[in-house]
Amino acid sequence: MSTSAVLHNADVHTHDAHHEHHHHETFISKYVFSQDHKMISKQFLITGIIWAIIGGLFSVLFRLQLGYPDTTFPFLEDLLGHWAKGGKLQPEFYYALVTMHGTILVFFVLTAGLSGTFANFLIPLQIGARDMASPMLNMLSYWFFFLASIIMFASLFVQTGPASGGWTIYPPLSALGDASSGSKIGMDLWLVSMAMFIVSSLLGGLNYISTILNLRTKGMSMTRMPLTIWGLFFTAVLGVLSFPVLLSGAILLLFDRNLGTSFYLSDIYINGKILPNEGGSAILFQHLFWFLGHPEVYIILLPAMSMSSEIISVNSRKPIFGYMAMVGSMFAIAILAFLVWAHHMFVTGLNPFLGAFFVLLTLLIAVPSAIKVFNWLTTIWRGSLRFTPAMLFAIGFVSMFISGGLTGIFLGNSALDIHLHDTYFVVAHFHIVMGVASFFGMFAGVYHWFPKMYGRYLNNTMAYIHFWVTMVGAYLIFWPMHYQGFAGVPRRYYDFSMWESFNQFGGLNEFISFVAMIVFAVQLLFVFNFFYSIFKGRKVTTTNPWGANTLEWTTPIRPGHGNWPGEIPEVHRGAYDYGKDGREFILQTEPVGENESHH
Amino acid sequence: MSTAVMHKETKWWGGGRSPFNASYGKVMMWYFLMSDAFTFGAFLISYGTIRFSQNFWTDPNKVFNSFPGLHGMDLPLAFVSLMTFILIASSVTMVLAVHEGHKMNKKGVEKYMILTIIGGFAFLACQAWEWTHLLTGEHIALLANGTLDVVPTTVTLNPWGDQLSHDAMIAALQTTPHDQLAAIASTLHHGGDAAAHNVADLSNAELINTITKSGLHANHTGPIAFGGYFFGITGFHGFHVFSGVVINVVMWIKTRLGHFDERGHYEMIEKAGLYWHFVDLVWVFVFLCFYLI
Repeated sequence: MSTSAVLHNADVHTHDAHHEHHHHETFISKYVFSQDHKMISKQFLITGIIWAIIGGLFSVLFRLQLGYPDTTFPFLEDLLGHWAKGGKLQPEFYYALVTMHGTILVFFVLTAGLSGTFANFLIPLQIGARDMASPMLNMLSYWFFFLASIIMFASLFVQTGPASGGWTIYPPLSALGDASSGSKIGMDLWLVSMAMFIVSSLLGGLNYISTILNLRTKGMSMTRMPLTIWGLFFTAVLGVLSFPVLLSGAILLLFDRNLGTSFYLSDIYINGKILPNEGGSAILFQHLFWFLGHPEVYIILLPAMSMSSEIISVNSRKPIFGYMAMVGSMFAIAILAFLVWAHHMFVTGLNPFLGAFFVLLTLLIAVPSAIKVFNWLTTIWRGSLRFTPAMLFAIGFVSMFISGGLTGIFLGNSALDIHLHDTYFVVAHFHIVMGVASFFGMFAGVYHWFPKMYGRYLNNTMAYIHFWVTMVGAYLIFWPMHYQGFAGVPRRYYDFSMWESFNQFGGLNEFISFVAMIVFAVQLLFVFNFFYSIFKGRKVTTTNPWGANTLEWTTPIRPGHGNWPGEIPEVHRGAYDYGKDGREFILQTEPVGENESHH
Repeated sequence: MSTAVMHKETKWWGGGRSPFNASYGKVMMWYFLMSDAFTFGAFLISYGTIRFSQNFWTDPNKVFNSFPGLHGMDLPLAFVSLMTFILIASSVTMVLAVHEGHKMNKKGVEKYMILTIIGGFAFLACQAWEWTHLLTGEHIALLANGTLDVVPTTVTLNPWGDQLSHDAMIAALQTTPHDQLAAIASTLHHGGDAAAHNVADLSNAELINTITKSGLHANHTGPIAFGGYFFGITGFHGFHVFSGVVINVVMWIKTRLGHFDERGHYEMIEKAGLYWHFVDLVWVFVFLCFYLI
């Protein structure tokens, strides 16, 4: 770290507050309560990785039950105690595992871990800023996330178990403590944790937005920004506008649980006795939840999309095809994201006439999505492709996005959805399009920017094994689920063996569970690669190892707080001048030559 | 003024221009307010969907007709109008504080911040009184088991349903147990403990007679969602006002200590002002949704 210390001293252009930090930087201020966006980004990433291991492990555990419903695993009882009595997962705990798997991966990994990491890391570096607009709020954003993590983690250890009503926490199940063991204190902890998480997301989002709007370096007009920044910008706007609605919903749910209000409850009988609650509506909660829930899908996807755009362009050595179309389609997706939430609710008794509008708006998303896919494909088309691990994951992202997007067209039709709703078809759809696709975008980002983060490369052999096993494995896991869904196999069932019509998939379930374990093991290989390479990876020797145009590659190999040792460079062109006038790449900082051709 | 601020920050950050000619702090505040508007929007829309899914809703003119110190008078919405006036007046003083800030007049900022803080406190005090009045007030309603009783307005009970007809009230009084009758009768006298003691000694028939002669009105119980939404949303708004008052106090202290004079601008006052005006604006919607319609 001595290099960065030298750079700090040379860094005369950061403002006074930063200077003070540089001079007495302790372990605490550098690694724990850091206000450097790069360190905060790493904090988000590593916390996200820890959560991903936990969330992934949960899926392996409940896949064990689905794949081998008749087998007992004595080691489970040693590990989980009374939750796996006799070596068999108990039904309550199965639901808790599924719920926590969803919650952890959707919010803690693919929201905080993904946009928390890359918005923090890339925004200041790619727009040419010393740091975020408010480094203080940025630090708080991480620590609120940390607090949310601690509370959620603690809920795993309470006597009655963590929340178990599904990651969508629909009332009345989630509103009544008597409904299930997971609806007791675990549910309260879930809600409090999410409230902290929303605060974190808000603080982060406000910072990302104002940094992008206000702190761009000279010459960095909005239309010269790399697509990553556009994607992270729309992500932040979506988060800032949709999470508060979940907050409202969660507050009302907390009141219903603890203060005896009736926001979501009406005409409920428990053990033959009617509850006093009346006049509320459980469907109201679904509206509030999905008003966040649908934009959330794009909060997860847009960073993956935009990072893949950048990585595909860099590694195809070609300009991104249709820059403005990419920006425009992301904008269209961001707008439409707010107008389609009720397509999650076609079978709630939603007025079919109203449903028709949601069908139309949902299918409209196919237009900007298709524009993006065609632009990725035309960017790759006849490019000089370099199959770096990042590039492979970016292409894998496009593949997953297409596969999962197509099944979205099925589900977006309210008539088809009556049959497919709450079946494994839905599980397959959203795992491919938002789970695996976003993970691929995130992996692409980690492989691409790891050298900038740690000044070392990840190991390529492990990376290629990681990619191919994950790519093939993900399809082997989720592709068969489409057939199960068509055959009517419902989600969220603990055991199918008592139904003849579902029993036929017993062998398939075993196969899926087997592949899932292999894929999980390969993720552990990635985690090993990640931590091994931080300390022992091959050192980066050039500032611009990928030959990219964007500003982060004009900083020193290991930039200090403040990013550029001298003046922040001025920007003279867009981010995608690859293969122009016979030159492989032209940095954004290079002034436009007199005889330069126009693309 | 604002260009001078921008210039300074441009120098700090070594480049970049502002697309809205607003500092990042103000951009942040605006986006926060948009976010918060969605929180309130979700609450108010939820309230709307539940309210309009019911056949009957409580008439605010009957619930909010009291005024501190004027017992027994029917003054619909008078008190809440005063509250609204106070809050809007505090917005005016906030504007004046921002204006003084632009003129770099420390004394003026201090004066108007104090007035704004007083306005905020006064509003919170009014709200405290209104809540206390609803939660501890004596409202007589027909319970589900067919008897009448004195009940408060809470998140689980709403004594503000349709008014009982005279005959229905007499019928309900006949089935009401003695202690509930005594409780109802004691609300008519307010003679302190002695009177209450006398009331309890009366027989059921005498109590019913007293009550019917007093011209008392009783209601059916109303939709219980009313209390939940009323306390939930006005409480959430009150929490915002409270936070605003805290922010304003901090701003006043910082002004007094001369922090903004040192900085060369009073932009923090402007940002606090944005928040304060937003809280007032939200109140206008809350006022509309809970008191006017």
